[in-house]
Amino acid sequence: MHMADALLSPAVGGAMWAGSLGTIIYCAKKLRDKMDDKMIPLMGILGAFIFAGQMINFTIPVTGSSGHIGGGMILTILLGPYAAFIVIASVLVIQALFFADGGLLALGANIWNMGIYPAFIAYPLIYKSIVRKNSSNTAITIASVLSVVIGLQLGALSVVLETKSSGITELPLDTFLLLMQPIHLAIGLIEGFVTAGIVIYVRSLRPDIVENLEGVKTLSAGVSLKKVIIALGVLAVITGGALSWFASTHPDGLEWSIEKIYGKPEIPDKADSIKEAIGKLQEKTVILPDYSFPAKEGQEEKTPSWPAVDTGTSFSGLLGGIMVLSLVILFGLGIRFMSKYRAKT
Amino acid sequence: MTFDLEFFNIGYLDTLSYRNSFVHRLDPRIKIIVSFIFVLFVVSFPKYEISSLIPFFFYPVFLLTAGNIPLKAIAKKVFFISPFAVFIGIFNPLIDTGTLYTVFGVPVSGGWLSFLSILIKYVLTVSTALLLIAVTSFPGICEALERLKLPKVFVIQLLFLYRYLFVLLEESLRMMRARDARSFGNRGKEIKTFVRLISVLLIRSIERAEMIYRAMLSRGFRGEIRVLRRHRINVYDILFLMISVTVFYLFRSFHLVNLLGETFSRVLR
Repeated sequence: MHMADALLSPAVGGAMWAGSLGTIIYCAKKLRDKMDDKMIPLMGILGAFIFAGQMINFTIPVTGSSGHIGGGMILTILLGPYAAFIVIASVLVIQALFFADGGLLALGANIWNMGIYPAFIAYPLIYKSIVRKNSSNTAITIASVLSVVIGLQLGALSVVLETKSSGITELPLDTFLLLMQPIHLAIGLIEGFVTAGIVIYVRSLRPDIVENLEGVKTLSAGVSLKKVIIALGVLAVITGGALSWFASTHPDGLEWSIEKIYGKPEIPDKADSIKEAIGKLQEKTVILPDYSFPAKEGQEEKTPSWPAVDTGTSFSGLLGGIMVLSLVILFGLGIRFMSKYRAKT
Repeated sequence: MTFDLEFFNIGYLDTLSYRNSFVHRLDPRIKIIVSFIFVLFVVSFPKYEISSLIPFFFYPVFLLTAGNIPLKAIAKKVFFISPFAVFIGIFNPLIDTGTLYTVFGVPVSGGWLSFLSILIKYVLTVSTALLLIAVTSFPGICEALERLKLPKVFVIQLLFLYRYLFVLLEESLRMMRARDARSFGNRGKEIKTFVRLISVLLIRSIERAEMIYRAMLSRGFRGEIRVLRRHRINVYDILFLMISVTVFYLFRSFHLVNLLGETFSRVLR
């Protein structure tokens, strides 16, 4: 499931970007040190293969609906964690740009959710500890299913945590988890069996591919777990910080509305709104005013930057909204017209 | 086969990205940075915000019209791709039911407001991402990423991925056609057949990668590809960056919609 910009706050989105970008740079460094040149075209082609493979659909056994692969684990098994992480990130870049899956800010979160867990948790800790060079098909199946399921569960959990700590959704944490985790368990089971099937079948046709590549990716054995854990820790702290930060500036929706309904002294008469706007100017010279730390108790009531929620302004708000929207449309039509005019002359 | 069509839209966006216009000519680095800043500004609004988001439509509309991109191409993608945001946002009206607003006597709950806000943010951010690629060629994006100091391995294999995307897509379309020609209804779509099909596709892809590697070696490949640098930041780029960031900042800090609305309702009175 792709995370979306609209559900993220800048702090959470930025933290996830930092984590993913850091991991990409780290992986690239690891690859540069030990990589065979052969890997570059191979990585690109396997990335393209994921797209091509997603075009081929199959019937999902119980439901009868149509599904396609995700492919993160297959990449990791074939390429090893470092190269696979980079390929997964590239696939997501293309999805974000061409398919509008998620968006630019959410891309960081998506790379994290779909790349880190298969490559740096599920593969080294589960898959590698079960599968050896001449493992039986059963071992491969168990390892694939387990690692895909765990990878996806962690990914889904991250989506929930990222959304929750961004403070956009009203869904309570437990309902949200109940919504996400079981779905991803089902997806994970199917994806896991398909992954196992592919590894086993490819191994039976071209054993050299599975084993040769094992040779190419010598580095895969020693994924430095310590670094992964440190990175996870740092991220947890950042996200936690972001979370508390939000909790303090934006009380949750219900509280907030109750506060509004049962009188709190309302914002003064709208007649001198201009004066007020000027008064607020100072406050607004800070970039993104809502994201500054709450200064004083007394000020906090004013901070929720949604100005003046009373019925009087709702009309002018609506009017203003329509006006701005028409301005935007006029602006667009104007440019269209100008470029057509210029093309003619 | 809507899914296929969706995929082939890549080709369409690709052709759009080679048009020639003011926004097409801007340096890809600048476009990426400005679009990213735009998204940051948009998502920085608190969850009940609606009216302050509206001025931000200026940016996607500018890219669309100045880039001479057909509205339909973008709108279709924005509205028909199943968005996770909508799926999650739809719960807000069910849970957050306290009335915040009364518009012409109709009470509006906080949940609907925050849902609407999510929708607007979704349209703004997603259309910006699509428009970014519609006005910037993919090699241009890669060039920008490389010059923004992203790791070379990442950029080079991204270029590879894109180049072979179309080749492999055709390959898998051929396989699908062959499968459809040999089967009726849903037969031939069982997991077992699927696994074999996709395994064959995988093997073919890897073999192709080996061939490409040999071809590259014979042309003198030594582990590095120089990315063509076509662009140079000029006055227009700097102006575009400065103006758009200033405008975003003004939109963010001044309540344009309310100011206009209030002035006009006072005039009406």
